[in-house]
Amino acid sequence: MKKIEAYIRPEKLEDVKEALNKQKVTGMSVTQTMGFGTQKGWKEIVRGTEVDYNFLHKIKLEIVAEDDRISAIADSIVESAYTGEFGDGKIFVYDVQDAIRIRTKERGSAAI
Amino acid sequence: MNSADVLWVLVSSVLVFIMTPGLAFFYGGLAKRKNMVNTIMSSVVLMGIAALLWFAVGFSLSFSGSGSIIGDANWFFLNFPLSDSTLAPNTMAFAFFQMMFAILTPALITGAIVERMKFSSLVIFVTLWSLLVYYPMAHMVWGGGFLFDIGSVDFAGGNVVHISSGVSALVLAMVLGKRNHYGKATYHPHNVPFVLLGAALLWFGWFGFNGGSALAMNELAIHAMMTTNLAAACSMLSWLLIDKLKNGKPTLVGASTGAVIGLVAITPGAGFVPIWASVIIGLLASPISYFFITVVKAKFGYDDALDVFGCHGVGGIWGGIATGLFTLKSINPAAAWDGLLFGDANLFLRQLGAIGVTICVAVVGTLIAVGIASALTKGIRVSKKEEDMGLDHCEHGEIAYPAFDGMD
Repeated sequence: MKKIEAYIRPEKLEDVKEALNKQKVTGMSVTQTMGFGTQKGWKEIVRGTEVDYNFLHKIKLEIVAEDDRISAIADSIVESAYTGEFGDGKIFVYDVQDAIRIRTKERGSAAI
Repeated sequence: MNSADVLWVLVSSVLVFIMTPGLAFFYGGLAKRKNMVNTIMSSVVLMGIAALLWFAVGFSLSFSGSGSIIGDANWFFLNFPLSDSTLAPNTMAFAFFQMMFAILTPALITGAIVERMKFSSLVIFVTLWSLLVYYPMAHMVWGGGFLFDIGSVDFAGGNVVHISSGVSALVLAMVLGKRNHYGKATYHPHNVPFVLLGAALLWFGWFGFNGGSALAMNELAIHAMMTTNLAAACSMLSWLLIDKLKNGKPTLVGASTGAVIGLVAITPGAGFVPIWASVIIGLLASPISYFFITVVKAKFGYDDALDVFGCHGVGGIWGGIATGLFTLKSINPAAAWDGLLFGDANLFLRQLGAIGVTICVAVVGTLIAVGIASALTKGIRVSKKEEDMGLDHCEHGEIAYPAFDGMD
């Protein structure tokens, strides 16, 4: 079992969700988050004065799946979240020790 | 000059004024969070454009002269003495009152095209639309044009305001195309309390819209206030009943929508139909609009995003027909005949004719206006990327809300 943690552009969420549906992903968590990478911040004009925003809005997706499905899922995220410009985001993959479904107390891959 | 009448018309004007920002909240609440600023701006910008245009040419083209389709240039730049009372109760007071209608009507259209139209194209479109559709309609119905001459009646703007904007909204939404994720992603309201806030301001302002259209502090104004409130109340209840029967639960968005539809439906007949008829008009308004919004829209697949056609077009058409059914000339001698229900088909047929003319003017005018806007701004639609990012950031560089975590 592995966990995919993907940081993507907020405006790409619908496209990524659609791509993951095609991969038959059984579940995921989505978090609104803020941060910066190579892209750095952006500016807004408030009553004529420039205001800097250091952090950018991003979406964090977390998906846990069997080892053999991870690369296909990661590929579909890369493909659907890609624009080619700075700020497309990053994907991290972690090992997962165990999973437990609270309702049934199932463990391991039966729980995901 | 009758001071009481002028007072009532001025008070009514400011009531109608608040409808435009009210509409902005109504539409804004229904739209997506990332398009809140753009949706509100689409209405707010008209508080500038339409007012200036009304001063320069609009009032004159609508209410001066005796052309059958459009007025003349006599009152350009409101060039008449303040003491002029050609139009009751005072020409300048009347121009002020009608200015608010000229602001609100194009703003109504913007609900159909939210989340995907370029702001620059919209600004050009609403300017041209005012010239090509609104002023001719106002002249034809109220300013002594031919719909006035044939004897059709429209108390406060069923044809001029609601059918014209509703039909234009449908045409513009079809030209513009569907939103990217239409039919796939959920387009649910992002702020339900704002929807009610907007609907409540609309309801409040509508007392001036309909009550003020009596243009005097008289029994007819009282009558229009009462029919207006009853139609809104009944239409709200009938939408809630449909909610309950179809989905098991009454919703606040449903209550807000139902109330607005009822207000639309009573608009042409508010000062013509008996008070009991406003109950029937209101009760039937919601089921008719509901059918168009849920069944017809789904069948034809047009993306009238916030149901401007379903609420204002369809509600306005029902109101125009209902006025032909229930009008009593004893209530308002401006009507030459009683309604069909009282055995006279004269008015009813003229109402249908007026609705048909309004639809034609709206379709043709909208197509011309959108064609010119598209040519001037090289297409009227934002790119897919801009649509996905939201128009607030891309078109205005301003976002409506901070992040929930407060980190920005």
